[in-house]
Amino acid sequence: MTTPPPEVTYRDALNQALREEMHRDESVFLMGEDIGHFDGAFKVTRGLLAEFGEQRVVDTPITEAGFTGLGIGAAMAGLRPVIEIMTVNFALVAMDQIISNASKIRYMFGGQASVPMVIRMPGGAGHQLSAQHSHSLEAMFTHVPGLKVVVPATPEDAKGLLKTAIRDDDPVIFLESEGLYGKKGPVGGDDDLIPFGQAVVRRPGRDCTVIAHSRMVWVALAAAERLAEQGIEVEVVDPRTFRPLDLGTLAASVARTSRAVVVDEGWPECGIAAGVAAHLYEACFDLLDAPIGRVNSADVPMPYARNLEQAAIPQPDDVVAAVMATMAREVPR
Amino acid sequence: MSTSPPPLPPDDEMRGIFRTMTLIRRFEERAADEYMAGRIGGFLHLAIGEEAAIVGTVCALRPDDPLTSTYREHGQALARGSDPRAIMAELLGRSTGLCGGRGGSMHLMDISRSFYGGYGIVGGAVPLAVGLAWAARYRGGDQVAVTMFGEGAANQGVVSECFNMAGLWDLPIVFLIVNNQYGMGTSAKDAAATEDFFPRAAAYGIEAWKVDGMDVLAVRTAVSEAARIARDEGRAACVELLTYRYKGHSMSDPDTTRSAEEKDRWRARDPLITFERVLLGEGVMDAEAIAAMRAEVDQVVDDAAAFAEQSPEVPVSEVARNVYAYPWNDDPRGSALVSP
Repeated sequence: MTTPPPEVTYRDALNQALREEMHRDESVFLMGEDIGHFDGAFKVTRGLLAEFGEQRVVDTPITEAGFTGLGIGAAMAGLRPVIEIMTVNFALVAMDQIISNASKIRYMFGGQASVPMVIRMPGGAGHQLSAQHSHSLEAMFTHVPGLKVVVPATPEDAKGLLKTAIRDDDPVIFLESEGLYGKKGPVGGDDDLIPFGQAVVRRPGRDCTVIAHSRMVWVALAAAERLAEQGIEVEVVDPRTFRPLDLGTLAASVARTSRAVVVDEGWPECGIAAGVAAHLYEACFDLLDAPIGRVNSADVPMPYARNLEQAAIPQPDDVVAAVMATMAREVPR
Repeated sequence: MSTSPPPLPPDDEMRGIFRTMTLIRRFEERAADEYMAGRIGGFLHLAIGEEAAIVGTVCALRPDDPLTSTYREHGQALARGSDPRAIMAELLGRSTGLCGGRGGSMHLMDISRSFYGGYGIVGGAVPLAVGLAWAARYRGGDQVAVTMFGEGAANQGVVSECFNMAGLWDLPIVFLIVNNQYGMGTSAKDAAATEDFFPRAAAYGIEAWKVDGMDVLAVRTAVSEAARIARDEGRAACVELLTYRYKGHSMSDPDTTRSAEEKDRWRARDPLITFERVLLGEGVMDAEAIAAMRAEVDQVVDDAAAFAEQSPEVPVSEVARNVYAYPWNDDPRGSALVSP
């Protein structure tokens, strides 16, 4: 008889990854706003200052462009900084450092320098934080060659992908979800790394492929339950990383189901769902029985009022409707 | 700061300083010719007139002190000892270039000489230097990071962020504000609330002062002192180097807004001419030795240009090399994809 693996939260899974990698490699250090004495705005770095000291867990001024650039320079010198930007919304003031420096330094200088750094930041809407604090910016980062973009949906992935990110020799944009920090699940051990570029099938099904990442995986799974009650079996596939993108696994699923819906909390125009759909059209147009559906947030700045906000972000019902449309069936009322 | 005349360095170093300044001047004049001949594309920003700021800085540093610069950085690479052939080949976009033809004039780097690069976004490289200083201290090393940027960059917010971080954390860094008095075509007088820029660093508790950036020995003395503060006292320092660029912002700038009188006034203080007088006056070099040195430098520049012109282009098949550390990036369309 085996005991089930202990369940930890997404938040603590990230904390474990940071702690283990800091023990493993002295060149790993953490830097960000309120990550030390305050334990992090979302408590991901709880206890690490006491364990590793002020040299390796560094509270910064509110100076995102400055400390992101500092991290890039330290990484060029061979350290492995893990920079926490409190939320993805504040990455916008560090975008010049991320795009003009981090993503380009290896290429622009002919391979002389590496930038082995991780920029961690949570994003997403759903907490009535309104327009400036609710972004999902996966598409902006995925647009940029030279970055790697990681979007974990489960505690196991959060831990295993963060460990891979810290050991990676390229700049990794590690996008957490504010809505998932309390999510519990099993996690791997010290040596359980999850490689980039490997999508995972979260739920098998024969009728339609639903591609979703981060918190949207759970929205897609809820939709899958409702659809199963109608006798429709959807296959939920989680890419886990957008750079690199495991198009092979996504296309193989669509080849089996002949239908696809892409769910993304970001905006629709030139977004993640649009980009993934374009790849799928190129890879398996002849196998499709219907146009690929997209489920995105509404094309508006995020509103504050609770009812408006909930209406603006993808819900299980939206996914159900998109799948039904793809299958040319009426949405059950 | 000190107004007493700087002590003279040893004769060998004096000759080396003069040769490097001459090499930078002649190299950039040749680069301008190559640009006019259509062999150099993009932007070409020349530092002619600013040689004392460059060479006075580099000769005051240890070879392992990490250095960053702007897109006006041919001189820094030459002063750090990078091969003039590889630099000219980079300007011509050839496979033998210092960065394999990927960076061009604005993005030279020679990490083997601790030259951490030229960057094209004004002010954008300054936090990188703060990170290089951070890494030196993190490892317990005694290197000093040095970053050269213009007075125009001093108006960027991120530079103030860097002054704050360096002052707050007492990092071993030297900020060098190369004040050539113009941001592209706009006079600093029309762009900054104050005439001097070094007090901005001083406002963050950083020891800061200003020197004559046309006097290579004054620059050398000031940067030596700044590096000593950073290395021995473990805190940041800042020096403003007042200088002048003779050419327009880049080769595509006809430079019609600055007056001839102003240019003549600064050319009269040309760093090469004034330093040549020192060398002659002190008996470090005679006219014959100077002529021989110039001929040797011209030879080096001719050789660099010939090498660059004869070098092969970069194979198009290598366009995606070095986007990532991984080998799977060589497919230009597929660098983001794991193959289906």
